[in-house]
Amino acid sequence: MSKQIQFPFPGLFKGMWLTLKTMVKKAPVTMYPQVQEIPVPRARGVISLDVDNCTVCMLCARECPDWCIYIEGHKAEQPSSKPGGKPRARATLDRFDIDYSLCMYCGICVEVCPFDALYWSPEYEYSEHEVANLLHNKGKLTEWLATVPDPPSLESR
Amino acid sequence: MNFWLELIIKLVLVMGVVLTGALVVIYAELKAGSHMQSRIGPYYAGGRWGWAQPLADGLKFLQKEDLAPAEADRTVYGFAPYVVMMSTIAVFVVIPFGPDLVAADLDLGAYFLLAISSISVLGILMAGWASANKYSLVGGLRAAAQLIAYELPLVLAVVAVVVQAGTMSLNGIVEAQAETWFTIGTFEVSAPFLLKGQFIGFAIFMIAAVAELSRIPFDMPIAESELTMGYLTEYSGIRFTMFFLGEYASMIALSAIAATLYLGGYALPGLPGDFANFAGPGVLLGKIAVLVFFFIWIRWTWPRIREDQLQRLAWHWLIPLALFNIAIVATFKVVF
Repeated sequence: MSKQIQFPFPGLFKGMWLTLKTMVKKAPVTMYPQVQEIPVPRARGVISLDVDNCTVCMLCARECPDWCIYIEGHKAEQPSSKPGGKPRARATLDRFDIDYSLCMYCGICVEVCPFDALYWSPEYEYSEHEVANLLHNKGKLTEWLATVPDPPSLESR
Repeated sequence: MNFWLELIIKLVLVMGVVLTGALVVIYAELKAGSHMQSRIGPYYAGGRWGWAQPLADGLKFLQKEDLAPAEADRTVYGFAPYVVMMSTIAVFVVIPFGPDLVAADLDLGAYFLLAISSISVLGILMAGWASANKYSLVGGLRAAAQLIAYELPLVLAVVAVVVQAGTMSLNGIVEAQAETWFTIGTFEVSAPFLLKGQFIGFAIFMIAAVAELSRIPFDMPIAESELTMGYLTEYSGIRFTMFFLGEYASMIALSAIAATLYLGGYALPGLPGDFANFAGPGVLLGKIAVLVFFFIWIRWTWPRIREDQLQRLAWHWLIPLALFNIAIVATFKVVF
C-alpha cells in the first residue's frame, strides 16, 4: 500500500496510436526464399580462409570462445632462399576446420589473425540437414574466399 | 415446429457461429498482431494470406497426444475445458441478433448473461486445481482472485444499463436504445446507451471485460514469464484446443454483450425496424468486430500489470466508480 496507481495517461494512448500506425504501414519484410535478401558488405555471414597466409600460429583457435576451430599442422623443411644458406623450417597447414554449429559469429578469430588469413564473407546460405555437415574443412573455407567483398575504398579527405 | 428439431437447429446454429467466429478472431489476432509488430504473420497456409492458419493449427492440436499428469484428478482435469467452453457458448443463447433472432428471449437476460459467464471461473479453477502442478495452481488461484474482483465492476456497470433501460430482457434493452430519443423537426433521433450518458459505464465494462478474458494487460493468470502457462500448463491436444477456442469465443461473447448493452445491439440508427431481422445479424457482427479489434489492439500494445496493481485498480477505482455511475444514472432516471 505504499504507492498509489499513477494513471499512465497519455502514454497508454500514445502507445495505441503507435501500434495503429505500424499496423497500417507496409511491413518491411523480405519474403526470403522467393526474394533474396542482399546483406550489407560487412555482414558476418561466414568466415573464409586464405591458406597461403596462414602460419599455423593457432591464435584463432586459442582465442575462439566456443573452441570451434580445429587446426593441425607440421613443420616442413624448405631450402634456403639464398644459395648456401641453411634450410629453414616452415609450418604447413594440414587441417583447418571451423564448426559452424558451434560458432557464435563473434569474429574474434578474424580480428586476432596476425597475417590476414581469415576474412568475413556476407554469404549466408549454407544451412544443412545434418549438423555434422556444418563442419567446414580447409577446402570449403577456401571456397568462401571468392565471396569476400573487396575492402572499402579509402575515405577521401 | 417440432420442439426437438427447433432445439437442434438452434444448437447447431449457435455452435457454428461461435466456433467459426472464434477461428476468424484467432486469424484476426495473428494477422493484426503481426502487422502491429512490423511482421506479416501467417502467409502460406491456405494459399492466400494464410487464411487457413487457424484451421491448420487446430488440426495440429487434434493430432497431439491428450496427456494428463499422473497425480492429476482425471475426471475434473478432463472436464474443466468443457465447463469453460460451455459457459461461453451459453452466453449466445440470450444475445438477440434481431427482434426474432434470439434463441431464448429471457426476461432476466442480463442476469443470465452475468451468471453464466462467471461459470468459466469455475472451469479455470478446476483446471488449476486438478492439474497437480504448482504453476497451474497459482495460475488458477490468480484467475479466481482476478475474475471475482472484476466480476463486481462488470455487474455494477450492467446494473446501470438495466436501470436506464428499465428491463433485464436483452431485446428490451436493445429496443430501449432503438426508440426515439428526441426529434429534430420530423427527424427522429435514436442513440445507443453509450451516447445517452453511459461513458463511464462503458469504460468500466470494457476494462472489466479485458480482465475477465485474462488477456493482456490483465493476463496475470497465464503470465508465461513467471507461471509458464498458468492453468493451461499441463493441457495439450484437444483439451488445450478447447481452452484456446473458448478464450476467443468468450472474446466474441463479451463483445456481443457490450455491443448489445451499450452500442445498440442489432439496431442501427436510421435503419427501419422492418429490416432488423435481416440486417440485424450483420449490424451486430459489425459492432462485435469493432470491439474485438479493440481487444486485439490493446493486447499488442500494453504491458502486463502487476497482481497488486490489478487488484487495486478493481477495488479502489472501478467499483467505487461503478457505484457512483449507478447513483448518477438512477438519479437522472428518476428526475427526468
